[in-house]
Amino acid sequence: MSNQPKTLFEKVWNQHVVVSPQGEPTLIYIDLQLLHEVTSPQAFEGLRLTGRTVRRPDRCIATIDHNVPTVLAERFNIVDQIAAKQIATLRANCKEFGIQLFDIGSREQGIVHVIGPEMGITKPGMTIVCGDSHTSTHGAFGALAFGIGTSEVEHVLATQTLPQSKPQTFRIAVEGELPKGVTAKDIVLAIIGKIGTDGATGCVIEFAGSAIRALSMEGRMTICNMSIEAGARAGMIAPDETTFAYLKGRRYSPQGAEWDAAVAAWSQLPSDPDAKFDRELVIDATTLVPYVSWGTSPGMVAPITASVPNPADTPNESDRRAFERALEYMDLKAGTPLDEIQIDRVFIGSCTNSRIEDLRAAAAIAKGHHVSTHVSAMVVPGSQAVKDQAEVEGLDLIFKAAGFDWREPGCSMCLGMNPDILTPGERCASTSNRNFEGRQGRGGRTHLVSPEMAAAAAITGHFTDVRNWAEISQTAEVN
Amino acid sequence: MEPFKTITALAAPLDRVNVDTDQIIPKQFLKRIERSGYGEFLFFDWRRIQEGPNAGSPDPSFVLNEPRYAGAKILIAGKNFGCGSSREHAAWALSDFGFRAVIAPTFADIFFSNAGKNGIVLIKLSEEDVALLLDRAAQTPNYELTVSLENQTVTDTQGFHATFEIDPFRKFCLTEGLDDIGLTLRHAAALDTFEKQHDQANWLKPKFSEASV
Ligand code: SF4
Repeated sequence: MSNQPKTLFEKVWNQHVVVSPQGEPTLIYIDLQLLHEVTSPQAFEGLRLTGRTVRRPDRCIATIDHNVPTVLAERFNIVDQIAAKQIATLRANCKEFGIQLFDIGSREQGIVHVIGPEMGITKPGMTIVCGDSHTSTHGAFGALAFGIGTSEVEHVLATQTLPQSKPQTFRIAVEGELPKGVTAKDIVLAIIGKIGTDGATGCVIEFAGSAIRALSMEGRMTICNMSIEAGARAGMIAPDETTFAYLKGRRYSPQGAEWDAAVAAWSQLPSDPDAKFDRELVIDATTLVPYVSWGTSPGMVAPITASVPNPADTPNESDRRAFERALEYMDLKAGTPLDEIQIDRVFIGSCTNSRIEDLRAAAAIAKGHHVSTHVSAMVVPGSQAVKDQAEVEGLDLIFKAAGFDWREPGCSMCLGMNPDILTPGERCASTSNRNFEGRQGRGGRTHLVSPEMAAAAAITGHFTDVRNWAEISQTAEVN
Repeated sequence: MEPFKTITALAAPLDRVNVDTDQIIPKQFLKRIERSGYGEFLFFDWRRIQEGPNAGSPDPSFVLNEPRYAGAKILIAGKNFGCGSSREHAAWALSDFGFRAVIAPTFADIFFSNAGKNGIVLIKLSEEDVALLLDRAAQTPNYELTVSLENQTVTDTQGFHATFEIDPFRKFCLTEGLDDIGLTLRHAAALDTFEKQHDQANWLKPKFSEASV
C-alpha cells in the first residue's frame, strides 16, 4: 500500500488524516484557516452560543477585503452602516479569540488569497480552508486548499479539522509552449470552456505539463483560482524550483536550516511518475489564443477571433435555453464578432488577476496610450504590498497617465459588495472570475478576460486581440 | 437542525440550469451578521422586475411569485444547482423561505455540503426524471411530492416513483438532525494525539518565524 505510486493530492491528504472511521467521512486536519468579514460572523456567533472556543488561533489569520471601499478617504469612514458593522464584528471577534488580523490601513491588508501567498503563509503540502470558494488559489503551491461554508468555518475554528469525503483526482496536462499574448487566464478559460462549469465536480484537479511548469507563481495562482469555476473542489500544482524561489525569504517562510528541511519535505510532494488519476485530459498549449467570455457562466467563452455563438448549434434543450437567456441578458446577437463588442467599463483586479505580474502586463499594454473616451477603467491592486511594489516600479504613473483610476486594495468590483459596481446595462471587460448575472452590479454585463486583454479593450474601447497589439497600437483606432 | 424523515409537500419548478449562489442570494444581503431572516431575499433579482416603470415591484412571471406555489417546500431545478460562491447564505435563504428539499440532476460541491448542514435534503435524479417532474409541477395544480429520506424515494400521486442515492452517514446526520462539531468531538483523543505529532512538521506551519521564536 505505502509503496504504491501516489498523486500530489493523495500525499497531502494522507498526511492530514486524523481518523477515518468506518462508514463516515474522513476527519482531515486543517493547517490554516483564512478568515474575512463576510463569511465569519455567524461562525464566531455559533461558537459563543455553544460555549466553544477557537482551538488554534495560531493557525488562523484574518483580513478585510470584500466590503472595503477602494477610495482612500472612504476606507476609514465607511458610509454603508451594515458593511461597517460587519467589519467591526470581525475586529471584535479577532480580538476576543486572539486571531491575527491584517486590518485596513496596515501594510499587509489585501484580498485574502493574495496576502496568504505573499507573506509566505501559504506553503506546499498544507491544508488550507477559507469561507470563500476561490481558496483554490493556494493550490498553486501544492497545498490542498478549498472553499467552505460558514458552518464549516465554525467547525474548523472549534476543532481545526473537517470531515471530508475523499474527492476524485483529475490530471489536466497543458503541454507545449504558450504563444505570445496568451496567458494563464486564457489557459484556464479554455479549460472551463472545454469541460464546462460542472466538468470537474467532485474532483481535485492537478494541473501539470510543460506549459504549467513554465508559468510563474502568479500565473499558477490564476489557474488554480478558477478551478472552482470548473466545479472542482480544489486545484493543485506540484511545488518546484519556481515555488521555492517565490517563497524564499518571505516574512513567514522558514529560514536557515529549517528552510533546507522544508524544501526537502516539499520536494517529496509531486505526484509519483506512475501515479493513477481517476481522470486525465491533455491540452495543447500551442493551439491556445486569448479568450473572452460572452455569456453568464464562465464556461461560455470563445476565442477573441470568433463571433458570439449561435444557440441553435447547441444540441441539448436545457443548455440551449440557458444560452438564449444568457445572450438576452448580455444583449448580444449571435454572429457578432467578439472584437466588435464595445465596452463601457474595465476592471483590472480580483484574486484572479491583481498581483504584481498582472499589473505589469496590463501597464505594458497601457503605456503611452489613453483609455477610450467612452470607457471608464479602474485598476485595483490585490493587496497593499502589490500596490506599494507597483508604485515603486512606477506602474501607477503609467496607469494614471493613461486615464485609469488607481485604487486601494480589496475585492472591489469582482463582486461589488463595496461601492464599486456596474450600473444596469453597463458592459465591462473584467479580469475577475465570474460573469454571473448581476455579479458586478445588478444588470451589469461582465466579460472575463486576461489583464492584457482588459487593458487593450480599455484603450480601443472594444475587445481587441492583444497578439496584434504592436500593430494595432500604432494605428488610428487607438485614441 | 430539524430532523428530516418524510415530507409530502407542494413542489415548485425552477426550470433553469447552473443556478448560481449569486442568484440564490445576491451579495448585498451578505453584509448581515445574522444567520436568519434571509428568506425574503431568496432569488431577490429574479423575483423583481428589473427595468421600466415598475422596476423593483414583484415580477409575476417568476415562478416563486405565483400564488399557486406559495408554501412550496420542495424545489425542482436544472443541473449544477448551487454553483459559484461558497456563501452558506444560499442554504440559509432556501431554508428560511421554507424549502426542505431540492431535486436536480446535479449539485455543486460546496453548496451540497452547506445544504446538508442546514437540514436541506438534496436529491439527485436523472435528467429525464427531473424534466418530467418540472413538467408536472408546472402543469398540475397543487402538485405535491413525497420525499422519504428513510426509504430514499421520491413519489407523486400520478405514479411517479424514483429512488435516490445518499451517503449513509449524511443520511444518518440528516434524519437525526445532528450537529457536526459534536460528532467530530467524539474523536477528541485521536485529534489531540494527531495534532501533537503534526505540530512537529515545521514546514506546514502557517507562521514559521513567529512559531519558531
Ligand atoms: S476578489 Fe472576488 S472572487 Fe476573490 S475573494 Fe474577493 S470577491 Fe471572492
